Amino acid sequence: MSATVLFDVPGPRARRRQRIGTAVGAVVVLALLGLGLWRLAINGQLDPARWAILFDPNTNVPQALGEALVNTLQVAAVGMIAATVLGAFLAVGRLSDHAWVRVPVIAVIEFFRAVPLLVLILFCLLFLPTVGIPMTAFRALALGLTLYNMAVLAEIFRAGILSVDRGQSEAAFALGMRKTQVMTTVLLPQAVRRMLPVLVAQLVVLLKDSSLGFIVSYLELLRQARSLVEFFNSRFGDLYTFQIYVAAALIYIVVNVLLSQVARSIEKRTRRSAKAAATEDVELPADVQMGGGGGAVPHV
Amino acid sequence: MQFLADNFPLLRDAFLTTLSLAVISGICALVLGTILVAMRVSPVGPLRALATFYVEVFRNTPLTVVFFFLAFGIYEIDLQFPSRFITAVAALSSYTAAFVCEALRSGINAVPPGQAEAARALGLDFGQTLRTVVLPQAFRTVVPPLGNVWIALAKNTSIAAGFAVTDLTAALQRLSNANADQLLLVFAAIVVGYLVITLPSAALIRIIERRVAIIR
Repeated sequence: MSATVLFDVPGPRARRRQRIGTAVGAVVVLALLGLGLWRLAINGQLDPARWAILFDPNTNVPQALGEALVNTLQVAAVGMIAATVLGAFLAVGRLSDHAWVRVPVIAVIEFFRAVPLLVLILFCLLFLPTVGIPMTAFRALALGLTLYNMAVLAEIFRAGILSVDRGQSEAAFALGMRKTQVMTTVLLPQAVRRMLPVLVAQLVVLLKDSSLGFIVSYLELLRQARSLVEFFNSRFGDLYTFQIYVAAALIYIVVNVLLSQVARSIEKRTRRSAKAAATEDVELPADVQMGGGGGAVPHV
Repeated sequence: MQFLADNFPLLRDAFLTTLSLAVISGICALVLGTILVAMRVSPVGPLRALATFYVEVFRNTPLTVVFFFLAFGIYEIDLQFPSRFITAVAALSSYTAAFVCEALRSGINAVPPGQAEAARALGLDFGQTLRTVVLPQAFRTVVPPLGNVWIALAKNTSIAAGFAVTDLTAALQRLSNANADQLLLVFAAIVVGYLVITLPSAALIRIIERRVAIIR
């Protein structure tokens, strides 16, 4: 239902009221914004010299933030690739005809979706070393992200496989293919193609979740920003705190918005191509987008 | 088992902190999200733009960053929350509200246009249409997604541990330092703490869903 169904086209009086309301609202918003900026200015936060540090290579700040961005992307990339591969296996396992495959796989998927991501990461970081598996913050973060996201992606893939037209698998069986062949040569390729936008959207979620590295001291953007601030604080006092944090947050937002745009354009292309004509709405559910642990209510 | 008995008060307090964090933030997020969605479908353009901006920003910002700003950033404009707990509630609810808004909007989109048209034909204005006709139906269809947002919120409270709130995950870190020999038990206790919140919620959501579902 488009929004316009909800209200009549405003008449002259309503339009005037709206204009007045808009003006008053704009004044209030601008006043709040101005108040914030004024407080910042009073505290000297808007001083150009303080912001210049973000762009001056001599201070090492741009390099450090760039390195941190690379670290963030690295852990996200490792997590994404591993989670995609494992998720595909789990999805196929969950659709298996054999109960001894299906039941454990369901248990694994539901377990990893039910536990907070941070607890998973801490488990990898704290417990695995005690059983002789060497751990670094990077490995723990990548492993935690992988375990959680493979469960989420397994559900996404399953939905994708189930959404492939039944005639496809029936035709493949009629040609005499085996179950494995049907799955790997007919169903999975179509499902992946169909689920590509969702995969990219999940990458955004994963990238957001990699900020949990802050809590386990992995040098991703946020932790790097924190350590830069600590470094500068020890030398010059509380001079650059705000600027560096704002820069880190902006980098996150820009990268994520860019990735979302990529997801959207991929979705448009998939819609256009004739082979995936039946692509349905592939928006990720809101709870999955929240990251840190999707819902435990199984999607159909 | 002796270990669990010894640390029972700590675990109980941590569990209650997590639960109250989730419940209070959930209620705040629901209220804020409803206001946001009303703005997003309202006839007033600037309100729509404002709500869209809010949702886009919060959906693309990691929750950790939101926490970070509310915990450390707002000092710079001479603001401060009275306690760590309230900081966590503010971060969780402002983040979750964006997702509540999205879930509700999908619900509003699922209400057949005829309903709103009929309401308008009867002479209801925008507020009345939304309040008495569209939103009640929308809330019914969004029980599963809203429920999932609630469960995700319950799990996201774990991030508060990184910002000096003594919730379950913070208890995990503290206990695992002190009881290196019983790590598995510590983890099991904490995971059970989260499952105690999420599994009954999931069951409850399914029951409510069945009760209020509209068959179209």
